[in-house]
Amino acid sequence: MQIRSMFFKANASAALANPVLQGNLRTSKGKFVDKRRAAVADFEAEGGDFEAMRAAAAEVRNLVLKDLDLWLEKFESAATARGATVLWAKDGEEICRHVVDIARRHSVRKAVKSKSMLSEEAGLNQALEASNVQPVETDLGEYILQINDNEPPSHIIAPVIHKSLDEVADLFEKTHRKPRKTEIPELTREAREALRAHFLDADMGISGGNFLVAETGSVALVTNEGNGRMVTTLPRVHVVVTGIEKVIPTLEDLSLLLRVLIRSATGQHISNYVSLLTGVKRPDEHDGPEHLYYILVDNGRADLVGSQFQDMLRCIRCGACMNHCPVYQTIGGHAYGWVYPGPMGSVLTPLYNGLDKAIDLPHAATLCNQCGVVCPVKIPLPELLRKLREQQVEKNLRPWLERVAIKGWAWVAGKPKLYALGTWFGVRYLNWLAGGKNRIGVLGAAPEWTLGRDFPAPEGKTFRELYSTRRR
Amino acid sequence: MRVALFVTCLVDMMRPRIGFAAIRLLEAAGCEVVVPETQTCCGQPAFNSGDRASAAKLAKKVIAEFEAHEYIVAPSGSCADQIRNEYPGLLADEPEWHRRALAFCPRVFELTDFLTRVAQPAELPGGFRGSITYHDSCAGLRSLGIKEQPRALLAQLPGVELREMPGAEECCGFGGTFSVKFGEISAAIAEKKCANACTTNADAIVGGDLGCLLNIEGKLRRMGDEKTRVLHVAEVLAGDR
Ligand code: SF4
Repeated sequence: MQIRSMFFKANASAALANPVLQGNLRTSKGKFVDKRRAAVADFEAEGGDFEAMRAAAAEVRNLVLKDLDLWLEKFESAATARGATVLWAKDGEEICRHVVDIARRHSVRKAVKSKSMLSEEAGLNQALEASNVQPVETDLGEYILQINDNEPPSHIIAPVIHKSLDEVADLFEKTHRKPRKTEIPELTREAREALRAHFLDADMGISGGNFLVAETGSVALVTNEGNGRMVTTLPRVHVVVTGIEKVIPTLEDLSLLLRVLIRSATGQHISNYVSLLTGVKRPDEHDGPEHLYYILVDNGRADLVGSQFQDMLRCIRCGACMNHCPVYQTIGGHAYGWVYPGPMGSVLTPLYNGLDKAIDLPHAATLCNQCGVVCPVKIPLPELLRKLREQQVEKNLRPWLERVAIKGWAWVAGKPKLYALGTWFGVRYLNWLAGGKNRIGVLGAAPEWTLGRDFPAPEGKTFRELYSTRRR
Repeated sequence: MRVALFVTCLVDMMRPRIGFAAIRLLEAAGCEVVVPETQTCCGQPAFNSGDRASAAKLAKKVIAEFEAHEYIVAPSGSCADQIRNEYPGLLADEPEWHRRALAFCPRVFELTDFLTRVAQPAELPGGFRGSITYHDSCAGLRSLGIKEQPRALLAQLPGVELREMPGAEECCGFGGTFSVKFGEISAAIAEKKCANACTTNADAIVGGDLGCLLNIEGKLRRMGDEKTRVLHVAEVLAGDR
């Protein structure tokens, strides 16, 4: 997917000025937050300890990351023993090459897809189309995006959260050429009807994978629509595209991670469907694919192992961090300009694409830590954002004015006399700007502040001055 | 009990009365308050902007100025968090400074936290009368666990009626340098905070961090609300001028 993160600020301004989007954000705001809170409360009411479970989940993920290569080898041999083929891809291009090769080998003309963020990273649909394979998204949200001229998703688990029911109704009317529907069940039925034919004549199913279980060589899929089941069992060929960091040791670990993932993501106790797929169809089985491929993708992940950003690889893609992020909730996901929005995206986008490609993202956060306290695998997102800021400073990537301002402030703060003098002038200057009022409408030194609010005027003198005169 | 007040740079420049209110409260609790004269800033703007070297220099300065005192108190959760929780990591590469930081940091408190957990004043000087709604600032709430402390203190004032707003724990959009780098987003978040606060119809919005309060006040006034007061919890507890 084309990266547009360097336009973050302009994207955000446009999002703020878009009344439809703002309305949709207001409608969706808080739903996931409330549901997660209720799920955690239920869990605790039944005697569970959610915090302990988060800690355990983080520990499982850490254990894997410590010996990632070994767990991957383990997974590979278990999966291969059950008839699957494991392929490795170092970047998006290689993902596309593998999938296109597989399609060619099995004479595939149509591929049905369930959700895979990695196929977004790779721009897989375009590559398939270029090779005369028709990709059909079957996750309802992804389907809506696909028929809307391949619009990018704005959320990792609710890709069309930025759209209203009305917008979807219009789109369906236009695409399906049927009378306009306005109720969700009717719209869903219409999409199902459109998709059913595709499921039946697709030769290939492409899915992501929530977890890869090393001990059994299985992939676990968490969905709410059942399309994942069809994608992975109906076509002759099933291709799983997922990141190398998704491996976990055992089924026991899977049950733990599912418990935190689903509660954190949608607030359900368990999703409508959890599929655990192991190997190709055996002679005594009725369904399942004849050919199963795993494409395990690096795309920047291996470099994070052992780095100061390794914690980020624990991510299990639940979306809680964006649901709880004041910035995401105000501007939506598209402004972030790549596959992953919100706090996790602000960490991943620069790490996977280059610091200079997403210069604003590590700063696009108030560091409120609403994300860090809900992350089911305890990723210290604000700390990682701050570390990215440090790297930007080390590499001289920040605007010079900002660097001078921060360095200057810190330098003056290191010299108490100069600081006292500076603040003496500072407050008088601000008061002069306020012109006798209790606020400043336009602040030249920090014009961004007064774009949407006033700057309260200072009291008049510094504490320092007053204290030295009042001191007994 | 000897307490050194860390005034914070924002209070120093913008709202000295909060500093004096903090002194009154600490004295009411029987503390002897000193205000080290050479203090400036805790270094958080540099730290959060990725300028670790500058932040480390200021951290050393704060430690050297304050470490002789038994307790160090700041009328800000964000500065107290910076000092208490970030200094040791910031100085981890310098063994001598790291040792000093570890000895120093646990003695650094946010004002309401200190008053409820350590000083425990029997009586508060404040006589505020009216309804208030409390904004929980992020660093104080999530890094220092400050939630009940200000509420317990406010409950000691008979004239105060506390009305909780929806989303009291949500960020107000200030975020330090975020507020001047992404002014539009910051103000849009502040607008939601103000809307939530205003549903309570309280006479005053009260909080423990001046950064958030300036943000909220600035937004309220721009929205045309001239009457809702925006006050630091120390001002309410120490008496309304
Ligand atoms: S960073 Fe944490 S909260 Fe965000 S998507 Fe990943 S696991 Fe979920």
